[in-house]
Amino acid sequence: MNRINKLFANKGDRRILSIYYTAGYPTLNSTVDIAEALEKAGVDFLEIGFPYSDPVADGPIIQHSSEEALHNGMTLHVLFEQLKHLRKRVALPILLMGYVNPVLQYGVERFCKSCKEVGVDGVIVPDLPMYEYEDLYRPAFEENGLSNIFLVTPQTSEARIRKIDGLSTGFIYLLSSSATTGKNLAVSENMEAYFSRIRDMELQNPIAIGFGISTRDTFIRATDYADGAIVGSAFVQLLANPDYKEKIPEFIGQFKP
Amino acid sequence: MSEYQVNENGYFGNFGGAYIPEMLYPNVEELREQYLQIIQHEDFQQEFNRLLRDYVGRPSPLYPAQRLSERYGTTIFLKREDLNHTGAHKINNTIGQILLAGKLGKKRIIAETGAGQHGVATATVCALMGLQCVVYMGAIDIERQAPNVARMKMMGAEVVAATSGSKTLKDATNEALRDWINNPVDTHYIIGSVVGPHPYPDMVARFQSVISAETKKQLLEKTGRENPDYAVACVGGGSNAMGMFYHFLDNPDVKLVAVEAAGKGVYSGESAATTILGKEGVLHGSRSILMQTDDGQVIEPYSISAGLDYPGIGPQHAWLHKTGRAQYASITDDEAMHAGLLLTRLEGIIPAIESAHALAQLEKMVFNGDEHVVVCLSGRGDKDLDNYMKYFGF
Ligand SMILES: Cc1ncc(COP(=O)(O)O)c(C=O)c1O
Repeated sequence: MNRINKLFANKGDRRILSIYYTAGYPTLNSTVDIAEALEKAGVDFLEIGFPYSDPVADGPIIQHSSEEALHNGMTLHVLFEQLKHLRKRVALPILLMGYVNPVLQYGVERFCKSCKEVGVDGVIVPDLPMYEYEDLYRPAFEENGLSNIFLVTPQTSEARIRKIDGLSTGFIYLLSSSATTGKNLAVSENMEAYFSRIRDMELQNPIAIGFGISTRDTFIRATDYADGAIVGSAFVQLLANPDYKEKIPEFIGQFKP
Repeated sequence: MSEYQVNENGYFGNFGGAYIPEMLYPNVEELREQYLQIIQHEDFQQEFNRLLRDYVGRPSPLYPAQRLSERYGTTIFLKREDLNHTGAHKINNTIGQILLAGKLGKKRIIAETGAGQHGVATATVCALMGLQCVVYMGAIDIERQAPNVARMKMMGAEVVAATSGSKTLKDATNEALRDWINNPVDTHYIIGSVVGPHPYPDMVARFQSVISAETKKQLLEKTGRENPDYAVACVGGGSNAMGMFYHFLDNPDVKLVAVEAAGKGVYSGESAATTILGKEGVLHGSRSILMQTDDGQVIEPYSISAGLDYPGIGPQHAWLHKTGRAQYASITDDEAMHAGLLLTRLEGIIPAIESAHALAQLEKMVFNGDEHVVVCLSGRGDKDLDNYMKYFGF
């Protein structure tokens, strides 16, 4: 059991809150400081994005943070260097999230090892094909205790969701709709029907809902149907403020009763 | 099964595949399941060929370029894709894909474009079929290809500027993919080259293969020999080259020459010579060769020609390169511009700057005198007149 598994296993009736942010943004060395501030503010787990030049699943806010992070000099090597002493400062479960090409260039096995060495618990790589994970990389993930997180959208077929559930070892990342990141969500009847359809499938894995969660209202309505929810663009936008450090507790507070 | 064609897993050797986020999976999977069945159906083929004949104006001529041949001391044929309706080879693919989109019941079409030729070809078939059309185009390309922007708008398409990254073809492709993610049900994405996730590279190559199918017939009629000694074409993503090579792939006597854009020089830092500067990696949904940093960040390419200004090549090209089946050459801006002017003065044909890269390669080839060389003249130069005028100070 890694930290992610323990978090969901012991959550009781808490609504799990996860925050996504981009490593190396707003400044190259802000990565671990932000993690620490988020832990203090009461977040349950973190998704740290490693930037890519061509983030096709992302909207303008995360595109911008990625561009800035690259400009600041962020790379996977730099990130693992920054995370070396992570576990002295932060106890939360941590996932790394990004696109497949930087991982391929770093080397997938080597990437998994580096994750383990610094204490990362799981990985989200949306454009890593399921077949390639199954055929080539699953052992490297498992040997290093990493949860590989798959996405599910309203268009994902039931058969494929079952398959994803069988391959998942952390949680399933349920997209609120088929969308790029940063579209503020209005929870509709359709969406609630979709959330309950998934809930009623009684999957083995816990569910966290993401994309478009930006307010207390959307957070609560999403977590009425799921174990947790993930806030990304709204938080990354906060980081654009020069005094973001002081604003973190209040921002996180809005999601926690 | 040819070793140069896609296998049942969607790969050419180790290149290809479908590296896409889950949001794109249902659309790409629907295509993968159905494309062969649809496009191999007799009715589809009839309709496709009818439109290529009556609307596009095919077969395009195979023109024996006499004065050009004299200059290089061998026999040179130009495959006149520039004479197609809308002025380039791109329409072969958009006719195929619009028919396919109809079969899939899609109501809205999106596309990316570099030079604007693919955007125009897409806007054209959308007007023809009465479908809504949105074209993504890099903000820089919108400036340097203004006539094509006007043509798209006149055809009723919405042209959306891509303002991220290098503001050229790569970024327009990112924006088109984002649009598709956000419109997962009613939209078909007409990719303009042999790039993207499987089945696009194979599908686009099939639609463009009409180029070499016709060339074979025309060569046989004109020379009594259906195979040329050389087939030469420029490579942005690689669709006109794949079309030109397609029916010659399994005949090793036909030497295949693909020409990339070297911009201001291969090692100048302003280049798009992917096979020289690139490494294996994943971009826009397939594993191929791309220009990237050690950290896997895509490097912004440069070429004077908007259609060749792309940091990757299609996966089938990556495989032809790796196996040595095709030779990959590169031509600078200056070489291409002069080759464009040369063709104009010798044959009275103004080529697209993209196609001028293929023509410039003739300068570097050594001939005995009795070869048959086919150059794919992928497009006409109308859209580039501004560039030519500025460059030569006319
Ligand atoms: C005339 C012409 N030739 C070639 C290309 C390059 O594309 P491809 O390599 O897919 O043929 C373009 C692209 O816009 C073009 O307009």
